[in-house]
Amino acid sequence: MTSEYAVVLVLSTSHAMRVEKLLRDGAIPCKMIPVPRHISSDCGACVRIQYGDMDAVRCAVEAAGIEVESIQAI
Amino acid sequence: MIYFDNAATSWPKPPGVAEAMTHFIEAVGANPGRAAHRQAVESGRLVYGAREAVCELFHAPDPLRLVWCKNVTEALNLALRGLLRPGDHVVTSSMEHNSMMRPLRALERPERSSGGVEVTVVGCSPQGILGPAAVEAAIRPNTRLVALNHASNVVGTLLPVAEVGALCRERGLLLLVDAAQTGGAYPLDMQASQIDLLGFTGHKSLGGPMGTGGLIVGERVDETQLDPLIRGGTGSRSEHEVQPDFLPDMCESGTPNVVGLAGLEVGVRWVLERGVGAIRAHEVALTQALIEGLRSVPGVTVYGTLDPELQTATVSFNIDRMAPSEAGLRLDDEYGILCRVGLHCAPTAHKTLGTFPTGTVRFGLSAFNTAEEVQAAIAAVHQLAEGVI
Repeated sequence: MTSEYAVVLVLSTSHAMRVEKLLRDGAIPCKMIPVPRHISSDCGACVRIQYGDMDAVRCAVEAAGIEVESIQAI
Repeated sequence: MIYFDNAATSWPKPPGVAEAMTHFIEAVGANPGRAAHRQAVESGRLVYGAREAVCELFHAPDPLRLVWCKNVTEALNLALRGLLRPGDHVVTSSMEHNSMMRPLRALERPERSSGGVEVTVVGCSPQGILGPAAVEAAIRPNTRLVALNHASNVVGTLLPVAEVGALCRERGLLLLVDAAQTGGAYPLDMQASQIDLLGFTGHKSLGGPMGTGGLIVGERVDETQLDPLIRGGTGSRSEHEVQPDFLPDMCESGTPNVVGLAGLEVGVRWVLERGVGAIRAHEVALTQALIEGLRSVPGVTVYGTLDPELQTATVSFNIDRMAPSEAGLRLDDEYGILCRVGLHCAPTAHKTLGTFPTGTVRFGLSAFNTAEEVQAAIAAVHQLAEGVI
């Protein structure tokens, strides 16, 4: 079964805010959510995106030079 | 009442600043970066929005390399104490505020583990002017950093940070600039002026509340060589007992002043909307009128460049045979003019100007002052001076 969502895992909430703003400016749907426990023990936030947008998000983040930990399906 | 103490802190604040702070308290309230519920996310957005606004103003490329501090003093302490090591040499000027001078003097003390830093204070002219050649002449093989204010808090004299920035690049040094007196009032482009570390305060010409400020860490600074002033919870890497090693979290431990930053963003957006150029033009006109008016009063000595193009809207003067403290008290009591007198936390600057230890009367103007207020203040000083002749 294909996942509905993916998440962008970032270093900090500040990084998450930067990613969120970048995606909103690019009209890519996203939402800040707590980092799912099964992915990381970090207590912070990450950016949830549509699974189908993973490649577009990867390109946008790389083009903006934002350091992210990973982009993965959930 | 006339508020001329803007060099200490600006008042009034731009419209919307107080409302943004009230909105945070009443409607948001959550801790940013400590959870991901809607109010925590909104709180995080406020903090990030303020980062972006400040970086836009100073033309800093990466909002994530801005570290929030409670004021510029903390920012300068972070830069100096965080980067300098025993045996390093620093060049600074004789016009510095104690926010720069005191941490440097503490770092000089050899008996402390963090001590053993060498400091050269380059003399400025009696008008407070710094020659870039004098900075160059002070450079040694172990010089690591040049640390300067952008403008004097006593007489407003602008220091040649862009020229020194070019020199620092040429010589492989870092440049730390204290923008307390110029941020929001004078054009300041971190990239064009080749500034590596920019300390700013939120509560002066940026229009924000007290308790806001920060340090912008340029790309040439290796953050792994920057020791945080404090360590603790950051909301990130919570599984580790050691401090994160990335900006901004490594230098932002503990709950931030979101209520203050919410106000700061509105203040900075107001500056951006009005335009630093327009604010500067308004302040130059006021400063010109103030300097000319005060100089026309018999028995009044005005200090500094006497040229509004070479300084900020901060003007220092004395009235013959009247202590600055008495002048300040009478300006407040009899004329409702609020200013600051004395040494303004900058003894070395007053020694340079020849006004130590008596100090001066300082009128610090802002974008909210008017030509009418300047004329009223000149008339008040005239009356005070006439009374002692």
